[in-house]
Amino acid sequence: MALDRSDVAKIAHLARLAIDEEAVPTYAQNLSNILELVEQMNQIDTSGVTPMAHPLHMAQRLREDVVSEVNQREHFQAHAPSTEAGLFLVPKVIE
Amino acid sequence: MHNKTIAELSAALAAGEFTSVELTQHFLDRIAKYDGELNSFITVTAEQALAQAAAADARRARGEAGPLTGIPLAQKDIFCTDGVRTSCASKMLDPFIAPYDATVIAKFQEAGAVMLGKTNMDEFAMGSSNETSFYGPVKNPWDTNAVPGGSSGGSAAAIAARLAPAATGTDTGGSIRQPAALCGITGIKPTYGRVSRYGMIAFASSLDQAGPMARTAEDCALLLGAMAGFDTRDSTCVDMPVPDYSAELNNDLSGLKIGLPKEYFGEGLDPAVKAVIMAAVEQYKALGAEVVEVSLPNTHLAVPTYYVVAPAECSSNLSRMDGVRFGYRCENPKDLEDLYKRSRGEGFGDEVKRRIMVGTYALSAGYYDAYYLKAQQLRHLIADDFKAALEQCDVIMGPTSPTTAFNIGEKKDDPVAMYLADIYTIAVNLAGLPGMSVPAGFADGKPVGLQIIGNYFAEARLLNVAHKYQQVTDWHARAPEAFA
Repeated sequence: MALDRSDVAKIAHLARLAIDEEAVPTYAQNLSNILELVEQMNQIDTSGVTPMAHPLHMAQRLREDVVSEVNQREHFQAHAPSTEAGLFLVPKVIE
Repeated sequence: MHNKTIAELSAALAAGEFTSVELTQHFLDRIAKYDGELNSFITVTAEQALAQAAAADARRARGEAGPLTGIPLAQKDIFCTDGVRTSCASKMLDPFIAPYDATVIAKFQEAGAVMLGKTNMDEFAMGSSNETSFYGPVKNPWDTNAVPGGSSGGSAAAIAARLAPAATGTDTGGSIRQPAALCGITGIKPTYGRVSRYGMIAFASSLDQAGPMARTAEDCALLLGAMAGFDTRDSTCVDMPVPDYSAELNNDLSGLKIGLPKEYFGEGLDPAVKAVIMAAVEQYKALGAEVVEVSLPNTHLAVPTYYVVAPAECSSNLSRMDGVRFGYRCENPKDLEDLYKRSRGEGFGDEVKRRIMVGTYALSAGYYDAYYLKAQQLRHLIADDFKAALEQCDVIMGPTSPTTAFNIGEKKDDPVAMYLADIYTIAVNLAGLPGMSVPAGFADGKPVGLQIIGNYFAEARLLNVAHKYQQVTDWHARAPEAFA
């Protein structure tokens, strides 16, 4: 599957990645090469094969819904890019 | 001191030949002397290390020392360390001072081990050459024009150059075993779920597994015993008792059945590497092992399958790096979308961005069945191949890597060529099995690693098989001349 410039722009938007305009052709080429490698998967018919959800076929453990961690908001926010009154600051969202 | 194994250092500390402070200072001095050239550490925590060493000496004086008390270790910079930068070798996390310790770090602290610093790696563990690090490539101590392998390349190079007796690594597609092979050291990737992933920055959660890297299997046994075990903070961690990995090291190998997968010895394998591996197999025959040919028929599909599963999981895991709560934030974002896009676009390197985009594409509307579902089905077939092979033998052996260390820059611009460097290691992660790499000789002056793969939770058996080989060979004891 060869990707063109507009495919790369669309994927980059979905992934919320700013990509320099001049780098787009290189990404298109590299991503196409990777997808070409990946398409070797189609050599094998897998109809009826159960997808492997977990290497050890284990189910997720459940636990009681009780508080297990203490609140450390100030500690965790100490290295945040921008905070105020215990909140993370971002550019204005609603005009 | 720096040529001793952990087992030897532990005995010397117990006998009072030197203190942990003296030992730690010795390694810090070596790091200061040699690491400018090698670049194996991102952060050296000298002050903290000496304080931990003094505490370890005090603990010993109280008669409370264990085998790792006072032993200096290097930690891969993927493990969160409270109060110490945890960068994952990314510009994105360059400003990130972890607010807590990973379980692996906490366990080593409980054992009284000393942390020398945080080792260099491929950015977010995505790479096989340590060239994707924001802090620059690491050099291979055996040939400073060559890569150390990746992603745990800093850990492997530091051990090979005797800048640390041992280190931690993580292995998502070969990231412990391949650098161990390329740097001539010993490393083990345990069964998926054996070691807690809590506080280990996630790349591909269904594949990631931490393990020890050292010079000998004996040392790996000591370290794995300290790292492994159940942790309620990792929902995929297995609730099973941790065996004494040192107890079975000396078990006799007579009658051991070694399976050689024919797919691991075909096209693409450097003949000089093959010769070293076959000589190691002969050595095992002399130790009483029998050899059978086995087949892993879907081997050629492991790399394609991995490059769907791993990028898909990474695109999801790395979505938390958004410039809002921690890490890098771009200058003057004009709105929230601009903040997300530029923080991520500027904070991640090229290989990370490529993998996020491959994963985003594979998981995007309309493509799920063709990519992720198909890959998970193939993963089942790959795991079944190992199951069938391990019914015919006790362990599987083959090369860890198809070649010795390649040169820095050689594969940097060709992601697909780089991906194929992990052709023999990736299937083990897809199946969730344990695997290790053991120094087995040299080809053109560069180390070659023998890969040993076992059944689920057979770590003690793998370590035993590696240890017996290291009792009759000295490849693991060789040091690169410039760092001896």
